[in-house]
Amino acid sequence: MSDLVLKIERLGKMYRLGQFGTGTLSHDLNSFIAKIRGKDDPAKLITHKNERDVKAIHDFVWVLKNLNLHVNKGDVLGIIGKNGAGKSTLLKLISQITSPTEGLIKYKGNIASLLEVGTGMHPEMTAKENIFLNGAILGMKKEEIKKKFDDIIDFSGCQMYVDTPVKRFSSGMRVRLGFAVAAFLEPDILIVDEVLAVGDYEFQKNAVGKIKEVSENEGRTVLFVSHNMGSIRNLCNRGVVLNQGEISFESNNIADVIEHYQKGNSIKEINFNKVSRSGLGNIQFNDFKILNVNNVETKQFCIGDNIRFYLGLENYTQSNQSVQIAIGFRSSDDRVCSMIGNEYLDYNISLKPGFNSVKCEVFEVPFSSGKFIINVILKKNQITEDWIKDLTYFEIQGGSFISEAYTYPNNYNGIYLKHKWDDK
Amino acid sequence: MKENNSSEIKWTRVIGEEHNLFKLKLNELFKYKDLLFRFIYRDFVTLYKQTILGPIWYFIQPIMMMLAYVIVFGNIAKISTDGIPQPLFYLSGIIVWNYFSECFLQTSDTFNENQNLFGKVYFPRLIIPLSKSISGLLKFCVQFLLFLFFFFYYLYNGVIINPSYYIALFPLLLIVMAMLGLGLGLVFTSITVKYRDLKFFIQFGIQLLMFATPIIYPLSSIGHSASQLKIRTFMYLNPFTHILETFRFVFLGKGEVYIEGLIYSFVFSFIVLVVGILIFNKSEKTFIDKI
Repeated sequence: MSDLVLKIERLGKMYRLGQFGTGTLSHDLNSFIAKIRGKDDPAKLITHKNERDVKAIHDFVWVLKNLNLHVNKGDVLGIIGKNGAGKSTLLKLISQITSPTEGLIKYKGNIASLLEVGTGMHPEMTAKENIFLNGAILGMKKEEIKKKFDDIIDFSGCQMYVDTPVKRFSSGMRVRLGFAVAAFLEPDILIVDEVLAVGDYEFQKNAVGKIKEVSENEGRTVLFVSHNMGSIRNLCNRGVVLNQGEISFESNNIADVIEHYQKGNSIKEINFNKVSRSGLGNIQFNDFKILNVNNVETKQFCIGDNIRFYLGLENYTQSNQSVQIAIGFRSSDDRVCSMIGNEYLDYNISLKPGFNSVKCEVFEVPFSSGKFIINVILKKNQITEDWIKDLTYFEIQGGSFISEAYTYPNNYNGIYLKHKWDDK
Repeated sequence: MKENNSSEIKWTRVIGEEHNLFKLKLNELFKYKDLLFRFIYRDFVTLYKQTILGPIWYFIQPIMMMLAYVIVFGNIAKISTDGIPQPLFYLSGIIVWNYFSECFLQTSDTFNENQNLFGKVYFPRLIIPLSKSISGLLKFCVQFLLFLFFFFYYLYNGVIINPSYYIALFPLLLIVMAMLGLGLGLVFTSITVKYRDLKFFIQFGIQLLMFATPIIYPLSSIGHSASQLKIRTFMYLNPFTHILETFRFVFLGKGEVYIEGLIYSFVFSFIVLVVGILIFNKSEKTFIDKI
C-alpha cells in the first residue's frame, strides 16, 4: 500500500492581468458588493485559460485550473512544462507563499521549499551568521544548525571564509553556501525549483548527488521543477507535464513524460520560400524534419540520443538523378562540429522526377550541451544544386550518454566519447 | 476502498480551507521563535556595520536632536518645559517618540521590504514585524540609558526632580507604545500592499502626529479657556498624550496624568493591535500576487 504524503484536489489559482491602477478600487468594491449580496464575484465570471501566446481580452486568467495530484512517500516527482505553464505557481502554492483561489492542498509532515538558495542572506553578515539566519528562515532549530554546522561548512567548501561578510563572496560561493544549508534540512517533502542551474560542475554534482541521496536513502519525497531534461531523467522516478495550467500527462515512467513534453512543444514548419539558398535549383529541398527515435518531431535531445532526419526533395528535371546530400552541424559560436553525407558512406541516392523523401539517422550524438545549427547541401556530379545555410537547429541539454552518472563539466565543450574502463 | 483510506489520513496541514479569521496560529509563531531571535540579532549587528563609531550612533542621534530642540524650541521660541530642565524634557520626548515611530515605520514597510524573501520561502509573516518592534525596544533601552545618565546628572547637581512611585507604570507605557506602533504598522502595511497611496501619507502623517503630541511642549501649556479646551479635547483623544505626560510624571514629577486617559490609551492600542493582526493575517495569504 503506497503511502500518500501530498494530495492536491481541484486546485485553481486565478491571477489578474495587466496593472493595478486606479481601476483597482472599483473592482474591489464590485467584488465586495457581490459578496455581501451573496452572489458570485463578477470578476471570476469572465476569465481566460492560461495561454501565454494568445492576446488577452478579459482581466483575469486561471494560471492553474482543476489540478489533481497524488504524491506518495519517497517519490521524486519531476514537474515539466513550457514557460508560464504554471509550474512555479504550483510550487508556490504548495510551499504556502501564496494561497490558492480554490481547491485544497493536503500534506503530511513538514515541507521545505528551495525556490532559491540563500534566501534572506544578509550581505553584511559573515558566512557563519548567515548560516544560522538562513537555517532559521528555512525552519531549522538553533541546536539543529549548531550540530550540523561543521558539515555545512564542509559541504559548502568555503572553510576559509567562515568569518567573512557574504558581500565579499562571489555569486557562486553564495549559492554554494545557500545550498549547503538547504542540503542539511530534514523535511519530509522537499521542493526544488531549478536551483541546480547555477554553480560550477563540482557544485552541481554535489547538489544532484545530495538530492538523490535524500530521496533514495532517507525515503523523502522530492518535487522537482526543471527545464533540464537530463537532470529530470537522472533524478526523478515519476513525472507530470503541465500545460496551460492543467496536467496534460502523468506517468511513472520518466522517459515517457519527457517524450510527451517534447512532443507537445509546437515546432514551426520551415518556410522554404524564405530560406537563403544558392545553387542551380534543378533539385531542391522542400521539407526538413528532426525526429527522435520514436519519430516524434522535436528540437531537444540529450547527449547520446539518436537523431533522425527526414528530408523532402523536389526533382524538377524529367529524369532520375543520382545526388550527394550532406548535413553540416555548427555550434552557436560558429564552430564547425561535424557533417554527415551519403557520399562518405558510399551510399547511392537516386531521385525520381517529382517529390522524394530521404531519411537518415545519427547514432549516439556525442556533442556537448548547446545549440547546433544545421546547413544542408545537395550536389549532383559535384555541382551544387541547392545549398541552404542556417536552415534550422536542434538543442542538446544534459546527458544520458554516460547514463547513470553526471554530465561533463559545464565549461567542457568538446565531444563525448563512448568508452569503457576496466581495472581487473 | 481507496477513497475511504485517503480520508482517514491525518494531514498535518490543509492549505486552502476557509480559515477562521480569529485563528492566529500562535503555536506556529512559537515554533519559529529561533527565527525571531535571528532577525533581531540581524537588525542589531548590521545596522552600524562598517561604521567607525558603531553603536555610539545610538546616542549621537538623540543628543543632536535634543540640542537642536533646546536651541530652537527652548531658547528661540521659549516654549515652557514645565520647570523641568530642558535637556531632560526634550530627551524624554525624543526617545519615547523615536521608539513609536521606529516601530511604526519599520512594520508599515514589512511587505514592501521583504517581498523577495516572502516570495521565496514560507514562515509566519508576523515574525518580521514582531522582530522589528523588539529590536526597536532594544534601541529604546539603549537610549533610555542616555536619559538615565542625564536624569542622575541633574539629580546629583541638586536640581529638584521628583520621580513618582508610579514609576512602576513604566513597563505598561512601553507595552502601550509597542502595541500602538506594531498595530498601526500592521494595518498600514496590509493596505499599502495594494494601495500605495498610503505610503505618501505615512511620511508626513507621522510628523503631523508628532506635533499633535506633547513632545516639544507640555500639556500644561494649553490652558482651560473655551478656545483652548477644544485643543485639549483633541489632545486627550491622542493616546500618545497620556503616554508622554505619564512618562514625564513618573520620572520628572511634572505632567498631567489621568487614569481614564491611561485606560483609554491601553484599550485603544489593544484594539488597534488586534485589528492590525487580523488584517495582516488576511492579507499575508495573497499579498505576493498584489504587490
